[in-house]
Amino acid sequence: MLCKRIIPCLDIKDGRTVKGTNFVNLRDAGDPVELGALYAQQGADELVFLDITATVEKRKTLRELVNRIAHHINIPFTVGGGISSVDDVSALLQNGADKISVNTAAFKNPQLIQELSKEFGSQCVVLAIDTRKEEDGEWYVYLNGGRTKTEARCFDWAKQAVDLGAGEILLTSMNHDGTKQGFALDITRQLATQLPVPVIASGGGGTMEHFVDVFEQSQADAALAASIFHFKEIAIPDLKGYLQGKNIDIRPV
Amino acid sequence: MDLVIIKYNAGNIQSVLYALERIGVNAVVTDDVEQIQRAGKVIFPGVGEASSAMRYLKEHKLDTVIKNLQQPVLGICLGMQLMCAYSEENDTTCLGIFDEHVKKFTPKTGDLKVPQIGWNNIFNLKTKLFSDLPENSYCYFVHGYYAALGEHTIATADYVQPYSCALHKDNFYGVQFHPEKSAKAGELILKNFLSL
Repeated sequence: MLCKRIIPCLDIKDGRTVKGTNFVNLRDAGDPVELGALYAQQGADELVFLDITATVEKRKTLRELVNRIAHHINIPFTVGGGISSVDDVSALLQNGADKISVNTAAFKNPQLIQELSKEFGSQCVVLAIDTRKEEDGEWYVYLNGGRTKTEARCFDWAKQAVDLGAGEILLTSMNHDGTKQGFALDITRQLATQLPVPVIASGGGGTMEHFVDVFEQSQADAALAASIFHFKEIAIPDLKGYLQGKNIDIRPV
Repeated sequence: MDLVIIKYNAGNIQSVLYALERIGVNAVVTDDVEQIQRAGKVIFPGVGEASSAMRYLKEHKLDTVIKNLQQPVLGICLGMQLMCAYSEENDTTCLGIFDEHVKKFTPKTGDLKVPQIGWNNIFNLKTKLFSDLPENSYCYFVHGYYAALGEHTIATADYVQPYSCALHKDNFYGVQFHPEKSAKAGELILKNFLSL
C-alpha cells in the first residue's frame, strides 16, 4: 500500500531554520542541514525547505544550501522560495533537489508551470498555495508569503495549475498556520478528493489526532508541519506509531 | 573498479551520485561510450519522459551501447522502463532488454492518483540485489507508468494492481523505485548492486 507521508517543513531565512505564528514573529529553530538529517533518521518521509525571504527580497534560493542538504539526506526533498524560471529550477535540481515548489511567480505567470512540467516532468513541480478563508466563507489565494491578497479562489487556481502540469499541491491554510488547532479539513478535502494529484496539507497540526483527522476526514496524501517537530512537541516516531495504531498506512520508522 | 552513471537528458543523476557518495563510493557521470563500456558497473538512472529519452539515447548511439553491456547494469525508474520492450508513454519502442511492457496506471476509482508518489512496500524479493532486505521493506516511488509482471520480475509492488518494481535478466537489473531516495532500504540495495 502507498503510505501517507509525514513531511517536516523547514522555513529558511538567512540560512537558518525559522518558525513563526501566522507567517510572522519568526524564531530561530536551528541549522537546516542538521535538522533535516535528524528528521530523515527519525523516519520523516520527505522534507520541504522553503526560503521564505526569497520572494520578498528578490533573492534566489540558496543553491549551496541545497547542495549541502542533498549530500546529507537520504530521503526526497522539495525546495521552494523565489523560483521564477526554468533556469532557477535547473540549478536547484542540478544541486540535488528532487522537486521544487512554485507559488507567487506561478500565479503571476501560470505559463511557468507548463514550462517547468514540460522541461522537468510534472513529478517535480509542486504548486504551493497560501490560502485564507475570508468572512464571505470563500478560500482566497494569497501571494508573497501571505502578504498580498488576490481575488482568486483557492480551488480554481489549484485546478488550473494541475491542468497546466503541477504534479502536487502544497496547501497551507493561513487561518490555521501556527495555531496548533488542527488542519483546514474542508478545503484540504475539496482539493484532495477533486484533483487528480496528491495534496499535502499544511498549517495547524498541533496534536497527533490532527494528523489522523487530515488523513481520514480530508483524505490528504501527506501532512506537513514545522514547529511541533522543531520544538520537539511531537516526535516523528511517536506520531508514526500513533497513526499506525489508528490503521493509517504509514511507513514504519 | 570504475562505477559509471550514464549521463543523458533525464533528471535525478546528481541524486544518484550523491547517494553513492553517502555510502562511500565515487562514481563517474559520463556519456562517453568507451568509458561506459570499460566500467566495472553501470547505473542507468532517469526521471522524465520515455520518447524524448529514447530519442536522445539513439542520437548519441547509447541505445546499442547499453543493450550490449556485459557488466552489471542497474536501471533506475525511467532507466528501468527504457530497458523494457515498449512503453505506452508516447508509444515508445524501448531497448528491449526485458520483454515486459510499460503501461500507464489507470485506476478504476478516484481515490488512487497518478503518478504514484510516495513510499510503498516491495515483496516477493528475489536475487542478490535484495540480500538482507526484509520482505515488505518500503521504498520511494514517483511514476505514472509501470512494468507489468513477467518472467523477469524480481520484486513486486501493488498500486492499482501488482506490478514489477524490479526486473532482472542476465547482467541487467532494473528498479522502478528510487534507491537513492529510499533511506536505509535504498542504501542496502545500492550496496548489494555494488557487490554483485
